Amino acid sequence: MNLTLKIWRQPDASSAGAMHTYELSDVSPDMSFLEMLDVLNEQLNEKGEEPIAFDSDCREGICGTCGLMINGDAHGPEVTTTCQLHMRSFKDGETITIEPWRSDAFPVVKDLIVDRSAFDRIIQQGGYISVNTGSAPEAHSVPVPRDDALRAFNVATCIGCGACVAACPNGSASLFMGAKITHLGELPQGQPERDTRVVNMVAQHDHEGFGGCTNIGACTAACPKEIPLDVISQLNKDLRTAIKHGH
Amino acid sequence: MSHDSHDMDMPDTVTSTEASASGSLDGDYDDAAGYYTPGAPLFDTKAPDVPIAERWQTRKFEARLVNPANRRKLSIIIVGTGLAGASAAATLGEAGYRVKSFCYQDSPRRAHSIAAQGGINAAKNYKEDGDSVHRLFYDTVKGGDYRSRESNVYRLAEVSTNIIDQCVAQGVPFAREYGGLLDNRSFGGVQVSRTFYARGQTGQQLLIGAYQALERQVAAGTVETFTRHEMLELITVDGKARGIVARDMVTGAIETHLADVVVLASGGYGNVFYLSTNAMGCNVTAAWRAHRKGAFMANPCYTQIHPTCIPVSGSHQSKLTLMSESLRNDGRIWVPKNQADCDKDPREIPEEDRDYYLERIYPSFGNLVPRDIASRAAKNVCDEGRGVGPEVDGVRRGVYLDFSAAIERLGKKGITEKYDNLFDMYERITGENPFEVPMRIYPAVHYVMGGLWVDYDLQSTIPGLFVTGEANFSDHGANRLGASALMQGLADGYFVLPHTIRDYLADGPFEEITEDHPAVVEARESVKSRIDHFLSVNGTRSVDSYHRELGNIMWEYCGMERTETGLKKAIDLIRSLKDDFYRNVKVLGSAETLNQSLEKAGRVADFFELGELMCIDALNRRESCGGHFRGESQTEDGEALRHDDEYAYVAAWEWAGEDSIPVLHKEDLVYTAIEMKQRSYK
Repeated sequence: MNLTLKIWRQPDASSAGAMHTYELSDVSPDMSFLEMLDVLNEQLNEKGEEPIAFDSDCREGICGTCGLMINGDAHGPEVTTTCQLHMRSFKDGETITIEPWRSDAFPVVKDLIVDRSAFDRIIQQGGYISVNTGSAPEAHSVPVPRDDALRAFNVATCIGCGACVAACPNGSASLFMGAKITHLGELPQGQPERDTRVVNMVAQHDHEGFGGCTNIGACTAACPKEIPLDVISQLNKDLRTAIKHGH
Repeated sequence: MSHDSHDMDMPDTVTSTEASASGSLDGDYDDAAGYYTPGAPLFDTKAPDVPIAERWQTRKFEARLVNPANRRKLSIIIVGTGLAGASAAATLGEAGYRVKSFCYQDSPRRAHSIAAQGGINAAKNYKEDGDSVHRLFYDTVKGGDYRSRESNVYRLAEVSTNIIDQCVAQGVPFAREYGGLLDNRSFGGVQVSRTFYARGQTGQQLLIGAYQALERQVAAGTVETFTRHEMLELITVDGKARGIVARDMVTGAIETHLADVVVLASGGYGNVFYLSTNAMGCNVTAAWRAHRKGAFMANPCYTQIHPTCIPVSGSHQSKLTLMSESLRNDGRIWVPKNQADCDKDPREIPEEDRDYYLERIYPSFGNLVPRDIASRAAKNVCDEGRGVGPEVDGVRRGVYLDFSAAIERLGKKGITEKYDNLFDMYERITGENPFEVPMRIYPAVHYVMGGLWVDYDLQSTIPGLFVTGEANFSDHGANRLGASALMQGLADGYFVLPHTIRDYLADGPFEEITEDHPAVVEARESVKSRIDHFLSVNGTRSVDSYHRELGNIMWEYCGMERTETGLKKAIDLIRSLKDDFYRNVKVLGSAETLNQSLEKAGRVADFFELGELMCIDALNRRESCGGHFRGESQTEDGEALRHDDEYAYVAAWEWAGEDSIPVLHKEDLVYTAIEMKQRSYK
């Protein structure tokens, strides 16, 4: 396959960026999208041009490190992570536009790399259960209904990649936050801190500059782990309950 | 660390004395003569001399305490935020120490523990099926082919039950039964069900639990995280570990971080093979820099290779993906009998022209032979020119894993229920539907059992340097059982290190060190000069091209089968490739910004030295054990043959300097609670 690639390049956070165009030939349909960029980078290095910086680590869809806007879609045309996207999803002769995640709360670090540390700070505000090592009761002392455990698991599969934020016209991280609220809120162990968790996490979310949710649903459509939109309803419900409880 | 999956257990039949007698060495071999210097024997002095079941309780009691008021005056650096690092950082933060946690990723949550699929073992005996601490201990030592240290393994089995309690309390959503209690499955072919799991994402869920505990401590002010930071040097002062030099990977700043104690939880070095199931960034640099400063590296040649990975599709391949080994329960493995058929559509190759080679060579175990045998056999048929799939560098490296008989037997629905996500994953990566065309598989490196030598306290040969998780060597011997990597990472971080490290910290307060101490300045300057060198060579070849070539050498000569001739050849090849790298590598950009080529250059430079040591270690060990197969040490049937009389020891290597050969220290392995046996598959 021969491709035309339009790629965002930006030397660092404080400099202005611009789209650059590269031609790439002999692309195998069996390459992953990131391997295609690896090949381009080898060619750039050969020519003496600095390779394009992009994030990736596990390259098997679970660590959440990679993430690119591909032709305007977070993680591209398939429901998967960028690393699991393969070139057979594109056509010979196609022009592909590649940009970093779009969100004020995820400032660009360099080229296609963004800073997602805001997610860590949201978790710091309550995305956990307070239990010191060694103080846990016997695991079977608290049974958990299977359906609750299943729902908790299904939303705990969030990989924190940020595609939900990148896809949202408001730049909201409600899906990310709702997934954590729902995961911990479904479990008996998560109940004691349920109210404070939601209140503090939402406050941090807003403080970081993420936008509000207007139920568009672009987040769940872009989510590689298919986290359902109802976690945001759960988030709002938990927030209302917490406020009712005087928080 | 990478995925655990349904690896098969190894039956034991013959005792070692019989087996060794038939194949014992009749001469005094020293294949590695000229490649190393013999050193003094090494001993673990920390495990108390009491019966095995009492050792850990005794050690915990004997380890001195640190007054809570003094803890905040003591500082700890932890490198790595996988299961072993994040759990330790959270726990030590909770205890009140001042912790600095480092990772090269943009968030602690991304460490590669996250990719482990299968599960985590614990001797809970919830199924009342005869499991116990002793049985888990026994299975782990036996699985490690009697090359692990029994005290450490017993403790691992002992604390395994606490891990499950801790994780459940953190909200880890393990699979449950209808009654609301935890579900277990049997894993790795063991006869008890002791594996806890969260569908195929157990590593992810456990890591998120540890990550959340860590972030809670960040909010509490006890832990400070340094993401996108890479440790590039260990600082030792008067022989003790006192800090690290790290590079801020965004600004390029070379930072000095000083502390009273340093913990390496930096993972395994499988990426020395270039292609592995490890994440792209996994590297040996933290461990290797410590090795060069005096930490012994133990059994570096012990590598685990997994037989069921998705094959390489072209020279662009950047990493390999594992599929659960359970696929071998229903799939039949074959290659064409004739080379001429290798590029044909497999569906058009008639039955009589197919070679079901595992069923042919091992009629009783067939497709279910253990990992190493299945892996070696696949490599052999491909080396003969009978591999299938795309030709990469002139060779087809793949064999068929055919489900057509199973589809006929169980129906498409039955297969979907059993393997659905695996079939989907395969199709996403290869573009081929395994219901229509046989899958192609090939072995890949996915875990290393070797690592920095540690005593019972998990302390290395450098006082004040502790090593946990895959980065140390102690628990898995020559082969790791499925669902045991997660167990070890969390055991070390939550329940072992926090107790043993306090005995060291009880000597505090330690002498104040400043950034202008000569040893600190020297460490910082050496990092800067290495970086300057990489950027100034301005040669013609990319870092990746060197890494790929090194990986090919390692895979060919220090992979599934090792021989004296091959290993000696590999050492020569590595040495000349390394020379060429330092003279001809091309790293563009500057040191003062985010520079991924520069990051990779430092890692590959250390992989060269590690690769050479792995070959020397493999050369020295003229026996086959666990994941290490020496062509010279096999039975008439081609099975691995151990030599307990000569090699029942840990090979701990000491760095002797840039221009010297390493020094070999041996720690004899003594088993008091278990009898050594030899495995057999026929």
